[in-house]
Amino acid sequence: MLKTFSKGGIHPPENKLSAGLGIETLPLPKNVTIPLSQHLGVPAKPVVNRGDEVKAGQIIAKGDGFVSANIHSSVSGKVTKIDTETDISGYKRPCIFIETAGDEWLDGIDKTDVLKTETSLSPEEIIAKVQESGIVGMGGATFPSHVKLSVPRGKKAEFLLINGVECEPYLTADHALMLAKGEEIMVGIRIMMKALKVNKAIIGIENNKSDAIEHLKAIAAKYNNIEVCPLKVKYPQGGEKQLIKAVLNREVPSGGLPVDIGAVVFNVGTVFAVYEAVQKNKPLVERIITVTGKELKKPSNFCVRIGTPVSAFIEAAGGMPENTGKIISGGPMMGKAVINASVPVIKGSSGILLLPPEESKRKEILPCIRCAKCVSVCPMGLEPYLLMPLSQNNMFDRLEENKVLDCIECGSCSFICPANRPLLDYIRLGKTSVGKIIRSRKSS
Amino acid sequence: MNKLITVSPSPHIYGKDSVSRLMYGVIIALIPALIVSVVMYGAGAIIVVMVSVASCLLFEYLIQKYILKSEIRITDGSAIVTGMLLAFNLPSNLPWWIIIIGALIAIGIGKMTFGGLGNNPFNPALVGRVFLLISFPGAMTIFPKAQGWNTPYVIPAGEIDTYTGATPLSLIKNGIKSGKGVSELLETSGLNYNDLFFGNIGGSLGEIAAFALILGLLFLLIRKIITWHIPVAVIASVFIASGILWLFSFEGNQAIMNSMGMKLPVIQFKDAEGVLKMFHMADPLFHILTGGVMLGAIFMATDYVTSPMTPRGMIIYGSLIGIITVAIRVFGSYPEGISFAILVMNGFTPLINRYVKPKRFGKEIKNG
Amino acid sequence: MNQIIIYTIASLSILGAVSAIILYFVAQKFKVYEDPRIDEVEAALPSANCGGCGYAGCRNFAEALVKSDNFDGLFCPVGGNKTMEAIAKILGREAVAQDPLVAVLRCNGACEFRPKTTNYDGATTCAIEAALYGGDTGCQYGCLGHGDCVEVCNFDALHMDPVTGLPVVDDLKCTACGACVKACPRNLFELRKRQKKERKIYVACMNEDKGGLAKKYCAVACIGCAKCVKVCPYDAITMNNNLAFIDSEKCRLCRKCVTECPTNAIIEVGFPPRKEPQAEATVQAAQTENTSQDIVSAKKEDISTNLNKEE
Repeated sequence: MLKTFSKGGIHPPENKLSAGLGIETLPLPKNVTIPLSQHLGVPAKPVVNRGDEVKAGQIIAKGDGFVSANIHSSVSGKVTKIDTETDISGYKRPCIFIETAGDEWLDGIDKTDVLKTETSLSPEEIIAKVQESGIVGMGGATFPSHVKLSVPRGKKAEFLLINGVECEPYLTADHALMLAKGEEIMVGIRIMMKALKVNKAIIGIENNKSDAIEHLKAIAAKYNNIEVCPLKVKYPQGGEKQLIKAVLNREVPSGGLPVDIGAVVFNVGTVFAVYEAVQKNKPLVERIITVTGKELKKPSNFCVRIGTPVSAFIEAAGGMPENTGKIISGGPMMGKAVINASVPVIKGSSGILLLPPEESKRKEILPCIRCAKCVSVCPMGLEPYLLMPLSQNNMFDRLEENKVLDCIECGSCSFICPANRPLLDYIRLGKTSVGKIIRSRKSS
Repeated sequence: MNKLITVSPSPHIYGKDSVSRLMYGVIIALIPALIVSVVMYGAGAIIVVMVSVASCLLFEYLIQKYILKSEIRITDGSAIVTGMLLAFNLPSNLPWWIIIIGALIAIGIGKMTFGGLGNNPFNPALVGRVFLLISFPGAMTIFPKAQGWNTPYVIPAGEIDTYTGATPLSLIKNGIKSGKGVSELLETSGLNYNDLFFGNIGGSLGEIAAFALILGLLFLLIRKIITWHIPVAVIASVFIASGILWLFSFEGNQAIMNSMGMKLPVIQFKDAEGVLKMFHMADPLFHILTGGVMLGAIFMATDYVTSPMTPRGMIIYGSLIGIITVAIRVFGSYPEGISFAILVMNGFTPLINRYVKPKRFGKEIKNG
Repeated sequence: MNQIIIYTIASLSILGAVSAIILYFVAQKFKVYEDPRIDEVEAALPSANCGGCGYAGCRNFAEALVKSDNFDGLFCPVGGNKTMEAIAKILGREAVAQDPLVAVLRCNGACEFRPKTTNYDGATTCAIEAALYGGDTGCQYGCLGHGDCVEVCNFDALHMDPVTGLPVVDDLKCTACGACVKACPRNLFELRKRQKKERKIYVACMNEDKGGLAKKYCAVACIGCAKCVKVCPYDAITMNNNLAFIDSEKCRLCRKCVTECPTNAIIEVGFPPRKEPQAEATVQAAQTENTSQDIVSAKKEDISTNLNKEE
């Protein structure tokens, strides 16, 4: 019996069109647009000016505050302007525009593929290195990794969990990375174990990636204390709390952090970025991204520079299909629809999904028939059917009472609703409002 | 305009379920029971179902069009489900005009006065059925004998005894009242568990064949239209509640004596004349196979709109339905009680929803 | 028979009398002192319970009024000065007169001026669309048109115009309670001073983009050219972040800025038609729309008296 999380969950069609394909590297883009908000927290502060020459890997914006991260230039060239541009958030936000010239990297960055297994850095040095390299959670949450690696005083991490679940349909970026960079991931895990001072690491992988499971198991046998845990396919297993529940059978308390129950979770992409930062001195300027869609000629996994416009690798995957109804950054369950194909890729984009028009429209909203399907699929044990009208009617007290803040926005309720009700839309709205109320209550 | 790409909040893909798909799933699940009723009761069953479904659809259409002036949604299948369930709760020789009144009450009062699908507090089919049971007690309690195609829809005057018979439950109830034991009653009437299971008995259209209803339940479970909680809770609680009472009845006492040699006390009570009498009762298997328990547990109590939302709530709701059913059957004046039990518990559903919450993920942090 | 009637009447009367006595003493014992003026003040308030004053309802506001020593920061926008004077009389204080306000929508981006760039397909609420992205037009400052403001208006003063897709404020019904100001995720509503004959001139745009960009997505956007600032004789117009703002306290309704504005982003409401015909179709459109409002404002009834009558 394979492990999985116990409560709720759904089984959307997997549609992993690019599964098993290798990683292709794209030619350098002519221009990159690097947004200054690629992480939670306040935008980074630019440290270059218009007209400056920059090299790839050079820091161009400094993280401002604790949950902010540094941003590095992904290409070498000239800063053409620092202006606002619509990014994945759908709003115009400050970005740095760089025109590419050659491919010159900053000194000290090891661009080779040579595996370097040993590190002499101390835990504090590792965390400093991660912070300097601007690493954020690559699964999509974009939480700065150095913050997660610094375990708060009074708490103790026991397990390092590595998220190789990739439960979102269509996406295969993590899968491709695990197949291609297994050794590097193991070294990355060892580095992070050292930084966190934990003795045990477990990689959670869903059963639909059996090749990755075999591959990593074979490599993990060489290392002590690293284990691969195959999991039953179920969405949203890639959610931090669900993964911990599935692997360790522990539940993160409501309103708490994973470290409260001794676990720290990182995405495999983040682990690889940490490896590159610590062993190769290479900041986070590239990532693996899946470009996929049923109409697309050649769904692929690409290694792209941060800031490349989405259109560049849609082109490389066979061009934008005639009938594209929606462009999604991320997976179909939690990804964000973008307004056009010129938005730049950021550190947290794990995929670009193109949906045909007939799949992009929502169906007519019918009255709730109280079938309780939303309650039974909610992985957090909430009642979406109740939260939606409470949010519509601004009943914030009852929303809070009914744990709206526990919602992980996985979208299972909206997915399953037979009456096509926009449950998550309203729950998200209510969650934001309640969050604001609680913050103002705390500050007063 | 169509060239513009769409932007919408996540999620971007949706499941295949839709309201009409679920409703038609329920209709498919009802078909085995429908076939059995046609085999057993012939043309009468077809007429009752047709009249009921057609009038439910018609009333829904008329009310949506002329009274509510809302969008017409009769194709979603919910009116068909109500119509079929109402018909399943009627005897197969019920005059057509009574069926139409039942449909009007079910759709008009049971469903549309509250705003239509999704808002009705009580199961519409049961509202119609109970209304008819109270208003036309005569017509509603004459059940034709299962004689296949020989069963006439209109029973010829003077031949009522030839064509009609009692349901097993009323047979037992009236028999016990007249002071007979259950085994004696079963023997004289020739009822056996095979007949109960395969529907060779008198009763409402849809309630007679336990096996057909269980087939429907399997379909509903496989297609994930309902969860197991309510049907299992209702059937189990009927079984347990009637089983406990049965252990202390004359029949249960005999059975245990014969099999295990144990002796349990028998409940005794004084009747109106002050004569001490033994408590008689049919066994629990008989109770779950007869009357509307299967139909009620699988199709009526599980009605989405009127049942609780959480698994725990469903189990509380189902168990109480079972207990009330047994209470009405054993102590009440009606031989059958599941309709009333479901309606009573429908009334408690909002309360259950309010206080029985799903088990949340993760413990609460103190001083959070 | 008679006896029964007599006994019944007698016993019921005695029971009633005993209960009355008990109730009287209980009421005396548990009486809570409450300032009787709270009731009086509450009666003087319009009982709209709109929350425009910042309190949960009229009763809470009345309590706050009675408790405080002066009227600083306490004002009922719905009742206006008349109500506040009445309350001042009850409490024996001085009312501070405030200018009556009216809400205006600072966006004129009707469908014809501001073409769609994407299709929005989510729950039809401005709040959700605003949380998702910059909106289905290129302008991330403009009206989203789902009518969150109409929903919250307690006075039936806001309606969606099906042609423009924008909400329209009914000046006579608007009480400046501020509900729409809070509801609009784009902060498009501004409470402006009411001027004579309900006339007003304001910049119907909140776009802070640079001129070219703003103009690219909306034909009637403020492009921040500052021509209006130069032409204004009363220093009523200020420029901030490529956006003009007309201070209703200083504006004297001379209409110079309206003709000066190259994109017709400045709107005049409630004026008689100009003598020389305007070249811009948009201004004419605005005027024809407003002639009806002229007629209404000709009645010249004070909003507050109107409301008080309805009481």
